[in-house]
Amino acid sequence: MSVLSVRSLSKTFGGVHAVNEVSFDIGKGEFLALIGPNGAGKSTTFNMINGQLAPDAGDILIGDKSICGLAPRDIWRLGVGRTFQVAATFGSMTVVENVQMALISHAGRILSLWRPAASLYRERALELLAQVGMADAADRPSRELAYGDVKRIELAIALANDPQLLLMDEPTAGMAPRERNDLIKLVKTLVIERGISVLFTEHSMDVVFSYADRIIVLARGRLIADGDAAAIRDNAKVREVYFGTGKTFQEASS
Amino acid sequence: MRAQAYLYSLAFVLAAGLSVPAFAQDTIKIGELNSYKAQPAFLDPYKKGMDLALEEINSKGGVNGKKLELIIRDDGGNPGEAVRVAEELVTREGVVALSGTFLSNIGLAVANFAGQKKVFFLASEPLTDKITWAEGNKYTYRLRATTYMQTAMLMPAAIAAHAKRWALVYPNYEYGQSAVATFKEMIKKAQPDVEFVTEQATPLGKLDAGAVAQAIDDAKPDAIFNVLFGGDLAKFVREGNTRGVFKNRTVVSLLSGEPEYLDPLGAETPVGWTVTGYPWDKIKTPEHVAFLTAYQKKYSDYPRLGSIVGYTTIKSLAAGLAKTKALDADSMVEAFKGLYVQSPFGPFQYRASDHQATMGAYVGKLALEKGKGTMDDFKYVDGASVLPSDAEVAKLRPAGAN
Amino acid sequence: MTLSAFLFQAINGLSTASGLFFIAAGLSLIFGVTRIVNIAHGSLYMLGTYIAYSLAMKIGGAVGFWGGIVLTALIVGAIGALIEVVLLRRIYRAPELFQLLATFALVLVINDATLWLWGPEDLLGPRAPGLAGAVEIFGRRLPSYDLFLIVIAPAALIVLHFALAKTRFGRLMRAATQDREMVGALGVNQAVLFTSVFALGAMLAGLGGALQVAREPANLATDLAVIGDAFVVVVVGGMGSISGAYLAAIIIAEVKALCIAIGVVDLGFMSVNFSKFTLVAEFIVMAIVLIARPYGLLGKPQGNVRSVAEPENPIRPATPMLKMLGAVILVLLLALPLMAQTSPYLLVLGTDVLIAVIFATSLHFIMGPGGMHSFGHAAYFGLGAYGAALLMKLAGLPMLAALLAAPLVALIGALLFGWFAVRLSGVYLAMLTLAFAQIVWALVFQWEGFTGGSNGVIGVWPAAPFDKSGAYFLLALACAVAAILLLRRFLFAPFGYAMRAGRDSPLRAEAIGIDVKRIHWLGFAIAGCVCGIAGGLFAFAKGSISPEAISVTRSIDGLVMVLLGGIQTLVGPVVGASVYAVLQDTVMRQTEYWRALLGVIILVLVLAFPQGIAGALSSLTRKLGRKSGGAA
Repeated sequence: MSVLSVRSLSKTFGGVHAVNEVSFDIGKGEFLALIGPNGAGKSTTFNMINGQLAPDAGDILIGDKSICGLAPRDIWRLGVGRTFQVAATFGSMTVVENVQMALISHAGRILSLWRPAASLYRERALELLAQVGMADAADRPSRELAYGDVKRIELAIALANDPQLLLMDEPTAGMAPRERNDLIKLVKTLVIERGISVLFTEHSMDVVFSYADRIIVLARGRLIADGDAAAIRDNAKVREVYFGTGKTFQEASS
Repeated sequence: MRAQAYLYSLAFVLAAGLSVPAFAQDTIKIGELNSYKAQPAFLDPYKKGMDLALEEINSKGGVNGKKLELIIRDDGGNPGEAVRVAEELVTREGVVALSGTFLSNIGLAVANFAGQKKVFFLASEPLTDKITWAEGNKYTYRLRATTYMQTAMLMPAAIAAHAKRWALVYPNYEYGQSAVATFKEMIKKAQPDVEFVTEQATPLGKLDAGAVAQAIDDAKPDAIFNVLFGGDLAKFVREGNTRGVFKNRTVVSLLSGEPEYLDPLGAETPVGWTVTGYPWDKIKTPEHVAFLTAYQKKYSDYPRLGSIVGYTTIKSLAAGLAKTKALDADSMVEAFKGLYVQSPFGPFQYRASDHQATMGAYVGKLALEKGKGTMDDFKYVDGASVLPSDAEVAKLRPAGAN
Repeated sequence: MTLSAFLFQAINGLSTASGLFFIAAGLSLIFGVTRIVNIAHGSLYMLGTYIAYSLAMKIGGAVGFWGGIVLTALIVGAIGALIEVVLLRRIYRAPELFQLLATFALVLVINDATLWLWGPEDLLGPRAPGLAGAVEIFGRRLPSYDLFLIVIAPAALIVLHFALAKTRFGRLMRAATQDREMVGALGVNQAVLFTSVFALGAMLAGLGGALQVAREPANLATDLAVIGDAFVVVVVGGMGSISGAYLAAIIIAEVKALCIAIGVVDLGFMSVNFSKFTLVAEFIVMAIVLIARPYGLLGKPQGNVRSVAEPENPIRPATPMLKMLGAVILVLLLALPLMAQTSPYLLVLGTDVLIAVIFATSLHFIMGPGGMHSFGHAAYFGLGAYGAALLMKLAGLPMLAALLAAPLVALIGALLFGWFAVRLSGVYLAMLTLAFAQIVWALVFQWEGFTGGSNGVIGVWPAAPFDKSGAYFLLALACAVAAILLLRRFLFAPFGYAMRAGRDSPLRAEAIGIDVKRIHWLGFAIAGCVCGIAGGLFAFAKGSISPEAISVTRSIDGLVMVLLGGIQTLVGPVVGASVYAVLQDTVMRQTEYWRALLGVIILVLVLAFPQGIAGALSSLTRKLGRKSGGAA
């Protein structure tokens, strides 16, 4: 059974079909890239899956449970972790506290008024930080970190609820090429270890073609291709969409 | 280390609290608290009046051989602050009596404090009847003619108008509300068929003058009873004049003849209104002329009603202190029972029955002279003549208030 | 009531709306671009009336009047520019809302300066030359000047609209309203832009005030009387929207005119005097609008304002030294009743300081860690105070039981109002809390039979042994210590972290399963509940309680205390409340012009400690600590 199934998903903004009858599945442990030129509907699709937007039509299933109309926090409770395009952490907390918050929430103790939060699940949080290579920064204020490090923290947070599915919106946006590779390599290792499925959007075609198990391509709200790297590279429709704009894959990634 | 910040401020608290001024034994201290910043139009002349009285008393050797010392505090314009200031005056400054307050709610709060802490309090200006009646207490006296008294003073003119349809306009708080309640009750008694065609209760200081004037005009009253004062009054008068609201209508108005509220109207003064007030330039009684001369000499300015109230407050306290030799509150309370005081308005008395002074007010008609508002055809109405009898007020006051 | 009477009242409403529009338009522009909540805007309006009065009287005639109005607008505009350059520019990098403190100080200074310059008496200006009379409409007389006002407001709206749409300056202003950083990135000189906008906003306020000179006297209470209405208009219309401000001004003025026109209505079982609703009409309108349209009538959702201030540091548990200092302070305070033999006033003041500390700490709980800037915290203070007072007077509850019930009454109010408030954010949330506070105030003010109306409830004195000031001080101390420690504990617990998480990044918080609205709602309720304790203590300390306890002034006092102490530190509100309460007490005693003095002191503190007093001290010690740490 698929971890995530998207069924004929549609969303219209003021008469424009941002997403039109899109369907796809993610299998267990799959590393799936969602690509497409600007305005293709990637973010809209993403935001419907993570609960920030309600679809007009179609269905989204986690396992066999429909998540349409659920709030982001409820989708998270079903074992879906996520990172943001513009990395978001809690700036007034230390790095380890950021991770602890996710663990505390996962344990359902967020309303607790008594035990100091800093003492809860610290060990587990440090382990997670070690896994993303950020153990040394544990007690620094998270707002002091470099952007690439913030992305790693986000990853540790996203892993805190032992997700079966990870949604990553442009995980490498705003990063230097070296950092990009390192981060994606890290993600890939972690998900393989844990058997997590990943859906990610990405501008950098290098990253996509070197790491994704499978790639789906959106253009003007429709799914136009679905296959592995080689298949997508050779797909005529995809080439048309990208090169039709007069760009190579490299330029399209800017 | 952050706690150091707190330590600093604590040290500040202690320093401020501990700096107790030395008690001087050769003076009698009176604590005066009032809304000097919130109500400057009335209280600026009030303060001048107090200072004049103080100067007169101390230049004649003070009271019982001791000089009077006045300690003046701003009450911040709210009751909570006023009670703290009152406590400060009593506990830190060691005053023998409190005086002052302007707004009714502050007057009531301080009066209640005085009753609770057994401190003598002379409420100088607040008009609410409750201070001496429903919420009266043993330790509180009041100088100024009350809402009830001033309304009663206007009744003869209101009844004489034989108006059937009355419009009422008043600021929406204790003073306005109780003035209107008293007015309605009194005029209904005299004229059972009277009809109140509109009642405009306006937020104090925020009158929407055009709309209110128009609503009154639309109600087609024969007469208007006005309780607005200050900035609200000026707005109302200008709009009413322009819109012809006062034309061929009797207007009876509380306090509008007081220079504080009349002077800003200038050429706009609505001639013919029957008002309570203070025609300072036309009162020729010897007491008043003496006061006027002294005041103008000291300040090169004419007195307002606030000056009279401030002056008489101090004179009252001096008279009370002269009558009793002791300085404790209970002796002061005794001394004020039936105490006679000489004021610029003539002699009056503090009633033993309800602790209310019988100082009256001038009732007359507004007139315009040389582009300025004044009063015409006026007479002094003694407060005693409009107050209920001792037996009646005994029923109004709580048990044990005397 | 005839139809023509209603129509005529509608025309009256239009002329009243004109004054509201000018002040609100300026306020809206300033907030839109600089994000400054300018409380001193009412003071600029008041200055407008005074200056126009003086010019009209000194110069006289049509030139003095009409020329005076134009000149006034320019003068007040220049004053605005001066304020921006000399004062506000220095504190743009302070934590958000801090500029509010500076403008609050300006209110105090400007009011006393006006008193000093023009004296205490109301000053009624001349009638407008050429427009002194009235015109007949529907058989009624409308002042010609009102007609002029009805025309001038939409005229100004059109001019402003085109200026904003067609000029480069206007486009920059609109861009800055949407995204401040972008304008900086475009290479625009932000300082010049801000100064110009502040001057323009001040000019509009001055013009609005000057135009009133023919209608109402210059009066020293105008500043605070109009500022509340101005904020309401801005928020109802939508922040930054000039057309919205005009629409809102008309709606509010019309609602009031309607209330006045309806007058007393006999419903058979009771009669309702609608004119009394003018007390609160604008706030009811605002609450309804904000609940239905969270960004006002014509406002757009604003992009998240990325604060230019240095963000907050992670909170740390108390160090042994802090704990020891706390213990020392506690012991000193416990010993205070002994010292009070020589100066009993110390206990009275001390009690007031402790009440202020509870008030400010509870406000800080939602303002700081919760990021919810409540402008109506006085509501819960008042609910606690009235709850305790009425339960004792009417239900005959013993004093301690009534005091215990105070936080519960406040809690009920906070649960109700908080539910609506947390659905909004930023200044809209702030204004909705203010609206609720004003509604509570009006309810208390009007419900004479139950609450005692404007007189309030008197005669609520504590029972023995608390009738002695020493014992009462200790009771207040116990409450304050409990409140501080409890709220502090909550802030270190997951709940407090979740509140900060929701403030730092609502998106991320939701993405790790935190129901941000629910957490903030509960936080709001906790703060309201604790604030109720302060209210209850206040009622018994003063022996009386009246509607002033719920007034805007008290809410502002709370904001001042929190900001003065430093919003980003946990001891900030304690320091701020102590300093402010003692300062007020000391300053009020010192001088006739105490308001100006207090204002100047606050200005000095604002410029010296842009992070608040405790904030400055803690960042100083951090720096020192880092230095010595490096050396070790």
